Amino acid sequence: MSVPADLQYTAEHEWVRLEGDVATVGITQYAADALGDVVYVDLPKVGASVSSGSIVGEVESTKSVGELYAPLDGEVVEANQAVVDAPETINADPYGDGWLVKVRVSETPALLSADEYRALIGQ
Amino acid sequence: MSEPSTPVSRLSPLHDQHVALGASFTDFAGWQMPVRYTSDLAEHHAVRTAAGLFDISHMAEIAVIGEAAGAFLDEALAGRLSALSVGKAKYSLILDEHGGIIDDLIVYRITDHEFLVVANASNRDAVVAALTQRTADHAVAIDDRTDATALIAVQGPAARAVLEATSAFVAPELDELKYYAWTTGAFVADPASDDSVAVLVARTGYTGEDGFELYLDTAHAAGLWAALLEAGAPLGLQPCGLASRDTLRLEAGMPLYGHELGLSIQPVQAGLGRVVVTDKPHFVGKEAIERGPGDDARVLVGLAAEGRRAARAGYPVMAGDEVVGEITSGALSPTLGHPIAMAFVHPAHAAVGAQLDLDVRGSRIPATVVPLPFYKKEA
Repeated sequence: MSVPADLQYTAEHEWVRLEGDVATVGITQYAADALGDVVYVDLPKVGASVSSGSIVGEVESTKSVGELYAPLDGEVVEANQAVVDAPETINADPYGDGWLVKVRVSETPALLSADEYRALIGQ
Repeated sequence: MSEPSTPVSRLSPLHDQHVALGASFTDFAGWQMPVRYTSDLAEHHAVRTAAGLFDISHMAEIAVIGEAAGAFLDEALAGRLSALSVGKAKYSLILDEHGGIIDDLIVYRITDHEFLVVANASNRDAVVAALTQRTADHAVAIDDRTDATALIAVQGPAARAVLEATSAFVAPELDELKYYAWTTGAFVADPASDDSVAVLVARTGYTGEDGFELYLDTAHAAGLWAALLEAGAPLGLQPCGLASRDTLRLEAGMPLYGHELGLSIQPVQAGLGRVVVTDKPHFVGKEAIERGPGDDARVLVGLAAEGRRAARAGYPVMAGDEVVGEITSGALSPTLGHPIAMAFVHPAHAAVGAQLDLDVRGSRIPATVVPLPFYKKEA
């Protein structure tokens, strides 16, 4: 199970790549595998302000619905329309083309390291 | 994302095969069963276009034995099983005194004096208990053979070709075996040592496709599974998990216990009135069935919507601002490409063509009542 060392994570199985004050957010491979084939994605609108822990979108598979939680406080600056159009991208490339939103972070959040996330999922 | 859970539970006789194939597992009715091997969608499409191989060994096999077995089942179940010919199978229900559904069943007539009742894993104990209790006035024996029995399903338009291509599997004239009929085949595990075992080969299934269900002893299950996979691979056979099984049966409009069927639901509400033979002198639940569930009792319908956002079990069905029903199963149909659902709705809103709204976590999705099944294979 891939857990890239250069990313940060949440207990809700999301990953965060912080570059300057912009955080790119997606779901982990563990989460994508647990969901199965993703068939529908609902993302927040650009300009929406989000707060850490709030539900901002959905990732649905044929079997189940996963809620997307904002991993940090900030403003959505980009939503990945490509995954809305082709949700299977999340399964194929969860850490790359399957990213979901970019958020301009107002406060640097406390997140899990790759090692901490690996421990969380028992790897 | 919420935390998935996979508690440890009972293992199928094919568990090692599933692990070797890289399956993901789910806890289902106390069993750890494959939910998928690779992709729910790929497995679903394999069954619609070629063939899928399912381990459903968690299902319960219960033998009913005795000269009075037919007469007993006529009283214990909703159908008239005494009229079933040897070599045939019938879909049936076991009801409680209130006409509620304890389980749905497939009943095979093995001999004049023996039937095989196949129940859902989740209802195994309830069905065995009800059957045993109902034997009071009948000289029949109830024998729960679940732990000794494996069940492998081969489903899809290429299912027969897969069985015929499996040299270690021998069965007479599968092309002449009718839907809901069974025959006896054999799995020859080792021709050299003459290690051969009988297989009950039934033309039944839960996918809406042609297919077969193979019952055999647990000791030989892994060998048959491997032989089918190897012979079937060139024909497009894929191992399939319970996730695809659920979307396949939903498209085929087949009920799932705990969703479309339950103790508080009478058969007529679920569109299964035809399964109950009411002109029998007595059967458990008869008085309640004759009274009926009431004029306002909700009835099962199919719902189709546009877009990709599926309503799931438990979501409300609305007519204007009024809640008129509840979804029992829902998914984005892999074959049809749009959301489908089954729901219990008030009879005033159950006519085909009725326009309703599905409350999908606060959003209203327009939906239309459509006939079941959603998907029917080409004849």
